[in-house]
Amino acid sequence: MNIMMLLEMAAEAFGDRVAIGDKTTGMTYSQLADQAGKTAGWLREQNADRLIYVDESAPTLPVALFGSSWAGKPFVPVSYRLQTDRLNTLIQRQAPAVVVGGANVASLINPADGLTILANSEFSNSWSEVTPPSADWSSEPEDVAVLLHTSGTSGDPKIAVLRQRHLVSYVLGSCEFMSAEEDEASLVSVPPYHIAGISAMLTGVYQGRRIVQLPAFEENEWVRLAREQEITHAMVVPTMLARILEVLEDGKGLPALRHLSYGGGRMPLPIIERAMELIPNVNFVNAYGLTETSSSISILGPDDHRDAMASDDPAVRKRLGSVGRPLPSVEITIRDEDGKEVPVGTSGEVWVRGEQVSGEYAKQGSTSSDEGWFQTKDGGFFDEGGFLFVEGRIDDVIVKGGENLSPGEIEDVLLDHPSVREVCVIGLPDVEWGEIVAAVIVPAEGSACDDEELKQWVAKHLRSSRVPARFEYRVELPYNDTGKVLRRVIREELKA
Amino acid sequence: MQLKVGEKLRSTACTTEMIVVRAPGTDVDLRCGGHPVVPGADKDTKNELAADASGGTQTGKRYADDEIGIEILVTKAGQGNLAIGGAPLELKQAKALPSSD
Repeated sequence: MNIMMLLEMAAEAFGDRVAIGDKTTGMTYSQLADQAGKTAGWLREQNADRLIYVDESAPTLPVALFGSSWAGKPFVPVSYRLQTDRLNTLIQRQAPAVVVGGANVASLINPADGLTILANSEFSNSWSEVTPPSADWSSEPEDVAVLLHTSGTSGDPKIAVLRQRHLVSYVLGSCEFMSAEEDEASLVSVPPYHIAGISAMLTGVYQGRRIVQLPAFEENEWVRLAREQEITHAMVVPTMLARILEVLEDGKGLPALRHLSYGGGRMPLPIIERAMELIPNVNFVNAYGLTETSSSISILGPDDHRDAMASDDPAVRKRLGSVGRPLPSVEITIRDEDGKEVPVGTSGEVWVRGEQVSGEYAKQGSTSSDEGWFQTKDGGFFDEGGFLFVEGRIDDVIVKGGENLSPGEIEDVLLDHPSVREVCVIGLPDVEWGEIVAAVIVPAEGSACDDEELKQWVAKHLRSSRVPARFEYRVELPYNDTGKVLRRVIREELKA
Repeated sequence: MQLKVGEKLRSTACTTEMIVVRAPGTDVDLRCGGHPVVPGADKDTKNELAADASGGTQTGKRYADDEIGIEILVTKAGQGNLAIGGAPLELKQAKALPSSD
């Protein structure tokens, strides 16, 4: 089993279709397979156990991803935005390796034994004259395909190990071969070191849907490219959608867009409601997944979105804030601290198992139970209809006077207030209550916020225990580079 | 034959190529076009397509028997059909899922 098998199928069945880039000048599936082969042939001759990719999205991303698997070497995408010291430490740990980066890679990565450091253009030049080997990639399902650093919003980042069987299972379980119409194109704006950036390459190739890459997300450019390239499908993280909507207030819409999925963090309700108003003909999909699960494990589909929006039943309406139902190929259960399943409607930890679930980290090894269950460290519950609600990282749940409070619920209410642009709610240690609720707010442009008014606003919508005791105002919130707010950083700042 | 997950196989009676996605722990008589399949590297064995096993396979489709615990992904289509002995494997109908990435 090897992700190269997926590309080979695509190249044989619809080799002349454009796989990556512009609809007329882009790279076809045959060309992609050929370049992956050249890369494999070249990579095997290098003193390298793996290929590290520290650049923005570029056409060489799928080439390097598939080429590494062909050569039987793990592909390691790393964030080029990491602080330089940390980036260098992290890369040196992967030696011997080939390091592919942007034009500035030579100044970013320090030379070291066992590192072959190449700018993206040098990388392409080094294999352009190589003859691709025969289709001789390993079929061993246990081979490591990708090593991905997890986001580490609440602790130290770890390296998730994704084997060939995990990624292939994810693709086979979540999409159908050649299911895309010829005019379909998806816009990928998540970076290569985000699991969705990897899974988008794999499912795009398998379905035959052209991929257009936006190297670094910027909302105006995203909208421009979506209009120019007649993008039909796209995936965004919540912070991206909020910014895209601001651009779409120009009223010109996204005529070609049919399908917008979002994930990689909790989507605030007011944002998705606004999106459904602004681009009503688009199918929305909320996807929940983790790096350790090879991307999505649960999805809220387009009909679920419309049903929830149209419903007067509060329980159905609430599902707009859910992540829908588990993929047919995975099982999800909610457990208490003792590992016992809890009844419907009760919060606990989200556990998952299935063929796409890795749950394995470099050094640490597998963290899954003997029965294959992986503990996500996310809190959540199922409703009566089998819809999964994710309440955020268990470590982020605020425990106030013995009551568990979900930061997201309070954030949604605050975000609905006209003078609030962005918000992060955390728990702070308190002698009397154990923890108290604190809200860090970025005011809307030209707005002034008032503690008392915001307290009353929350009290009007939620139980009094949810009312923040402390408010802080900021010009911006700290995010990691995949758009997740860094609660750990805010907590440290406020404790100090 | 004993199958292994990830193993590449081919039909001797048509152009079908496949990969084992799920394998039972026991020996099975996996056939395509009426004849036992062979390892992917064996390109020489040739047999006549059996008329009663010519339903065809489709690229990208999975064929399975949950009771036996076998699942085969067809990577290249052909004229034969996949069977365990004389019992055809069923085309696995995947639920249409909306794209999530």
